[in-house]
Amino acid sequence: MERLRKRKIQNNIAIGFSLLASIIGLFWLVFILFDVLRHGLSFFDLNLFIEDPAPPGFEGGGMRNAFIGQFMITGCAIVIGIPFGILGGTFLSEYGRMTKIGRLISVISDIMISVPTIVVGTFIYSLMVKPLGHFSGWAGSVSLAMIMIPVTLRTTEDMMSLVPWSIREAAFALGAPYYKVIIQVVYRGAIAGILTGILLSIARIAGETAPLLFTSFNNSFISLNMEEPMASLTVTIFQYATGPYDDWHAMAWAASFVIILAILLLTVLGRLLVIFKYSSK
Amino acid sequence: MVVLVSLAGIFISLIFESWESLSRFGFFNFIFTDDWNPVKEVFGAAIPLVGTFITTILALLIAIPISLGIAVFITEICPSKLKAPLSIAIELLAAIPSIIYGMWGLFTFAPIMSEYIEPGLQFVFGDIPFIGPIFQGTPLGIDVLTASIVLSIMIIPFISSIARDTILLTPQVLKESAYSIGTTEWEVIKDVILPYSKFGIYGGIIIALGRALGETMAVAFVLGNRHAFPTSFFDATSTITVTLANEFTEADSNLYMSSLYLLSLLLFVISFIVLSFAKFIVHKGSKKWNG
Repeated sequence: MERLRKRKIQNNIAIGFSLLASIIGLFWLVFILFDVLRHGLSFFDLNLFIEDPAPPGFEGGGMRNAFIGQFMITGCAIVIGIPFGILGGTFLSEYGRMTKIGRLISVISDIMISVPTIVVGTFIYSLMVKPLGHFSGWAGSVSLAMIMIPVTLRTTEDMMSLVPWSIREAAFALGAPYYKVIIQVVYRGAIAGILTGILLSIARIAGETAPLLFTSFNNSFISLNMEEPMASLTVTIFQYATGPYDDWHAMAWAASFVIILAILLLTVLGRLLVIFKYSSK
Repeated sequence: MVVLVSLAGIFISLIFESWESLSRFGFFNFIFTDDWNPVKEVFGAAIPLVGTFITTILALLIAIPISLGIAVFITEICPSKLKAPLSIAIELLAAIPSIIYGMWGLFTFAPIMSEYIEPGLQFVFGDIPFIGPIFQGTPLGIDVLTASIVLSIMIIPFISSIARDTILLTPQVLKESAYSIGTTEWEVIKDVILPYSKFGIYGGIIIALGRALGETMAVAFVLGNRHAFPTSFFDATSTITVTLANEFTEADSNLYMSSLYLLSLLLFVISFIVLSFAKFIVHKGSKKWNG
């Protein structure tokens, strides 16, 4: 009986520990979100979106330039990244299914997903910034696209290989050529998964800072020219938060609030897509 | 194809750009030199390397028990209604961008650390011989310990979601047969589930290690950028990524630039090796159980 009691106590300790661990995890999430919410809302108003930054030391001002820059950089990155990602994923799951090179690419893109993003930044710097002699919005977009491609590529591949092979064979039997099978049968089956992958990868690059530091740099004026340095929300947050002024800090909080909101929306939307897909069947 | 080309491209261009400093200092000399002096043009990677490893290892030490606890709780203990919300909540931690972690760490967490937690630690451990010295120094909040804790929060979701997935793979029959001979939950977890999902958990830990190695923005906020070896938990130091982020746009000489490229190459090679190793282990683990 002594032994039994000891085992029961051990058991309770272990369960208590894992309960505690979960509470700690949730605690951080709530703490961070609540903190960003508290600081962000106190400075959150319309001026944030429609005004350019005020000179240091002056009251007011907004981050219009950063919002527009962020949209343009991320938008161009999406336009560059998605075709490569989807086509690459299609190649891997359909044409390169059995080949060695296909498997190699798939393993390497798995690794590329986790390559430090700052290394991508230095790479693009040496490729696009140094030869041209100046920072540019394009360089920022390309480096974000490089981070995005492996993610979309892998999810596309996974989702397309989930489509049963017999469905494809049925289409073949009707005399459809391979490209038609892919477009009309496989994409249709995998579309929800691919969309989810794209949403998640957008959420991922929207919060990236490190590669933008060396590529699109920053710009305190509004700029629509992708050839020039361009402001982005994340780099602006970095600059403002490490700066010495209190209202800079407040603006950085407000901007983080907007980013978190956008990213959480994208993530939740991605999850809902998955749920929607499975419940409609 | 693009992926292959870009990978090779990264590697080649980094070697090419870092050639100048590589040939000036030599590879091993660069790694073991602890001087980083742009004025005298002497550069060595020892301090950022050590800083990177210390913060990463500390972060792992904090994160592993917590995330395994979470994984076990989600899969084995908690009521099934709570399962889905809880795992989504933990995965949301991974969705928060690193710069937010950094800002939160700088403005909210660092002051808490320096006012309450670090003096407390100092009070408790400061006088014990041997481990006392690592709790010395002025607790500013911008230091190794804070950076490691922030890092550990960031990698918890990675380890716990991979661990959760592998734990779920444990066949129900094995667990039920263990319960039927009268074992407690803890004994099932310890003797049935953990041995079964060992490889997946190792893999998850190593992937998280790769993440922590390459994390930039969060650490840049809370670590300071001081080129000196940390002698206690309350020292500021530097990591590879922090050095890169702070000095890349300021480098004025070719040699300076090229040394920074060499740092970036080192980081790339280290994380590449770590991640390949993780893939290998996970692959080996899945092979062992499936075939």
